[in-house]
Amino acid sequence: MATKKQLKVTAEPGRQELFIVREFDAPRELVFEAFTDPAYLIDWLGPKDMTMAIDHYNATSGGSYRYTHTDTKGNAYSFSGVIHEIAAPERAIQTFEFEGLPEKGHVSLDTALFDVLPGNRTRLTIQSVFRSVADRDGMVMSGMEGGLSEGFERLDGLLQKLTK
Amino acid sequence: MAIQARRDVFQAIADPTRRQIIGLVARQSLNLNAIADNFDVSRPAISQHIKILAECGLIIIRQQGRERYCEVQLEPLAEVADWIEPFRKAWAHRFDKLDNLLVNMEANKKTKKDGNKKTT
Repeated sequence: MATKKQLKVTAEPGRQELFIVREFDAPRELVFEAFTDPAYLIDWLGPKDMTMAIDHYNATSGGSYRYTHTDTKGNAYSFSGVIHEIAAPERAIQTFEFEGLPEKGHVSLDTALFDVLPGNRTRLTIQSVFRSVADRDGMVMSGMEGGLSEGFERLDGLLQKLTK
Repeated sequence: MAIQARRDVFQAIADPTRRQIIGLVARQSLNLNAIADNFDVSRPAISQHIKILAECGLIIIRQQGRERYCEVQLEPLAEVADWIEPFRKAWAHRFDKLDNLLVNMEANKKTKKDGNKKTT
C-alpha cells in the first residue's frame, strides 16, 4: 500500500526534548502490542548489526525493564528504566537511561502516544524529555547505534566540557 | 556554573538574539556598534553574545584600526544540519523492522481467527 510512512525526528536547538513521529499501516492495538510486548520488542528494537537481549521487561504501570545491545565486537550497551504508565492502546510512559554513561542519573522521560488514523492506520509520537539540553544533544549525537563508540567518545568529550 | 563552559555550535544557535546576529553578519561584516543598533538589548549584552559566538567558532573578530569587525564563519553550522541524521537513520531502521513485524502479526491474527471459525 502506498502510504506515507516518513519518519520525522525533531530536536530544536537549545531544547531539552526531542520528538520522533512515524505512521504505520496497522491498527493501533497491534502497534501498541508490538511496542510494549517484549516478545515483539526484541524483533525490532535492536540496532542494526547488534543482538538484543532482554533482561526483563514488565510492561505494566509501575513495572521496569532492562535490555542490552551487543555489537559484533562484543561491546555491550545496556539500557534500563521504569514503566510509569501503560494505558493500552493509546499511551505508554517510561523512563530511559543508558547505563554506560560516565555518570549515573542522566535519565529521560519517554512518552509514546498512539493515534488512530483513517484506514486502520496509526501514528506513533514519541516525546523524550531530558534533564538538560546537553543530555539530549548527547543522546542524539551518540547515534545510539551506528558508530556507537565514536558517538560515545563525542559524548564523553561533551560531558568533560560540561564538568570543567 | 559548569554549564557556562559549553561552547559549541549548538550553544551558539540556542539563543534567538545570537541567531539574528549570525543572520546580520552573514550578509556583511559589521562592527559591534552597527550590530547593537539592530537590537533593543543593551550593548554589553550584545557584546556578550558576540563573545559567545566567537568562542563557539561562528564569528571571527578582526581588529581594523580602532574598530573590531565581526565576520561570520558558517562552516560549523554544517554540523547542525546533519547532526540528527545518524539518530534518525537508526530509528528508520527500527521502524522498517517494525513494519515487517506488524504485517506478520496481522497475518497471524487472521489465520487464528480463520482457525477459530473452522472449529466452530
